[in-house]
Amino acid sequence: MRFYEYEARKIVELAGIPVTEYGFCRTPEEARAAAEKIDGPTVVKSQVLTGGRMKAGGVQFADTPDEAATHAETILGLEINGHMPRGVLVDPKAEVKQEYYAGVVWDGTAKKPLMLFSDMGGIDIEQVAEEHPDHVGRGHISNLDPVFDFQAKQVIARTGVTGSQLTRATPILARLAELFREKDMLLAEINPLAELTDGRFVALDAHMEMEGEAVGRQAKLLREELEIAEDDTRESYEPSDFERRVKEIDASDHRGVIQGKDHNFDGNLGLVIGAGGGSLTLTDAVRSQGGKPANYSEIGGNPSVAKACGLAREVLQKDGVEKIAVMMSIVSNTRVDIVARGVIKACLELGLDPSETIAVFRIPGAWEEEGAKILDYYGVEYYDRSVSLWDAAGRAVEKVQG
Amino acid sequence: MSILIDADTTFIVQGITGREAVNLTRECLDYGSKVVGGVTPGRKGREVHGVPVFDTVEQAVENHGGPIDGSVVTVPPGFTKDAVIEALANGIRLVVVVTERIPRGDVAEMVEYADRVGARIIGPNCLGLIAPGLCKMGGIGGPAADAAKAYEPGVVGVMSRSGGMTTEISSTLTAAGLGVSTAISIGGDAIIGSTYAELMPFFEADQETQAIVIYSEPGGRMEAQLAEWVAANDSRLPIVAFMAGKFMDDEEMKGMSFGHAGTIVEGKEDSATEKIARLQEAGITVVERIDEIPEAVKEGIGR
Repeated sequence: MRFYEYEARKIVELAGIPVTEYGFCRTPEEARAAAEKIDGPTVVKSQVLTGGRMKAGGVQFADTPDEAATHAETILGLEINGHMPRGVLVDPKAEVKQEYYAGVVWDGTAKKPLMLFSDMGGIDIEQVAEEHPDHVGRGHISNLDPVFDFQAKQVIARTGVTGSQLTRATPILARLAELFREKDMLLAEINPLAELTDGRFVALDAHMEMEGEAVGRQAKLLREELEIAEDDTRESYEPSDFERRVKEIDASDHRGVIQGKDHNFDGNLGLVIGAGGGSLTLTDAVRSQGGKPANYSEIGGNPSVAKACGLAREVLQKDGVEKIAVMMSIVSNTRVDIVARGVIKACLELGLDPSETIAVFRIPGAWEEEGAKILDYYGVEYYDRSVSLWDAAGRAVEKVQG
Repeated sequence: MSILIDADTTFIVQGITGREAVNLTRECLDYGSKVVGGVTPGRKGREVHGVPVFDTVEQAVENHGGPIDGSVVTVPPGFTKDAVIEALANGIRLVVVVTERIPRGDVAEMVEYADRVGARIIGPNCLGLIAPGLCKMGGIGGPAADAAKAYEPGVVGVMSRSGGMTTEISSTLTAAGLGVSTAISIGGDAIIGSTYAELMPFFEADQETQAIVIYSEPGGRMEAQLAEWVAANDSRLPIVAFMAGKFMDDEEMKGMSFGHAGTIVEGKEDSATEKIARLQEAGITVVERIDEIPEAVKEGIGR
């Protein structure tokens, strides 16, 4: 789950890391009031879940509250990379002496969080790491032991930073590492971490991403502290009607799991496929043999007939779908007779002939003899495990393309 | 032979009274695996297919009268970390975590704990492992009769990020007369207890194993890590890889996951195309289709 800058700053602030006196505003009037309160030059920043806002004109400087209000009005109406801003952040224009970078990410190979620090802040850390590797300090933290300040100190010292800068930055990186772990973050970055002319260190911008699986147990932070609504899921793209409906069908019944996605798919062959790995493999196999999948889907566990039927119905009703292919792999527990019943029911409910509409049914799985009987009865073309995933996909492509 | 498990391996099932766990226990017992106990807090005194149920792992070990080798953990995500550490704290040294949707931080915690006590975790989000004819630990391969059909003892070690595809691939190896030494469903999450590279030394040391087959997906650095391992170690084992999810290469798919939580493509280097290039550079044969795997293996071992 991604966060807006104003939320990320709040998360950082709650962890005891100093920030400037920022104000989140939804209207030009609120922006004026925030600038009046700051009583000095300000910077007005668009609050969007996308990068490149500086380039797009989403960050502007103001000397007076009136100017801040004018900028806010412009920015509030400015679309950036297809995103409209949620609001603007009005921040005092900081007197910055130097910009640093502080971040924590997962190292999947070491299976531990990795602290990162650089004395070249304000730019992309990957660029710094590539061009100036000696300006990036790194160090893992344990998943079990407390985060010790000395670990953060070592990481910072590796970049050559010393003096009061070292002692001031150390607790900030250590607190950031703690919050990364406690709040189930996938990414926690302060960039820039600014050293002001008066020597104070403040987080001028922060970037946070929380793991989706942890959203439930972080409810206190999300709902109470940040006041994020439960339906505000922040997908990386707007889900389609197909995706929304499949999700609803899945949620309405706890038996089995179905998934359907059609972002970037618009072909004529609908897919109903058993289990995750098989779905990836078969989607590739259809495409590699010249087929055009209409969607991606998965069916797993032990779904009810209604659930299997619901998924098939949604796939069949997608624009441009001519036939569907139902392909199961040799998985353990999904009853193929139930999948067969569901898919045939969907065809009949929509007034379609199953033997025409279902291009192929690859059957291996639990209760396959029972499944075969049903498919025989309706004249559906089906194959057992002796026909490979590749060949089943190829046969489906052949049939839909005539 | 086999790796990690054999005919004498004893294990318990944590969360044994859950619906899927009851099935899994039945399947493992039918296959001949030694399921010596089950744990569900508050259900002490019951039996699941004749397997005694306890409140704690400690009680299960006490009842067994000696150390237990393994545990299959299938409890809800919020309780998994504690269950795994309970097993490890009671001397269990091989834990298969079936549960999916466990937050990464919890997985990392249990893996670090396992490292400290010298234990191994397989999964999470996996179906376990099977040494054909000797032991089936987890739901891998399904009911005993189906597992016996798909898995015959043989010369190929299989590691797969997809539970279903572990069996799909093994089934083609069995049909081709090659058979399987040990097949491991390693799990579909971004962080897992045992990666390909971490399991390679076990296969390397197993005299029976003559080749390795892996099933891969986009996302993460696991394939790059294997390529590095192969380059650094003069392995005697030819490796054949199959990469699913090539359709996810499209820029539009960035940040999305398909099939398994671990498939999110974050940077260019974890895309399918990039991984294939990296595996090939390391001398690993990458096939286009699952049904090409047996031929590629035969070529690798000079049969």
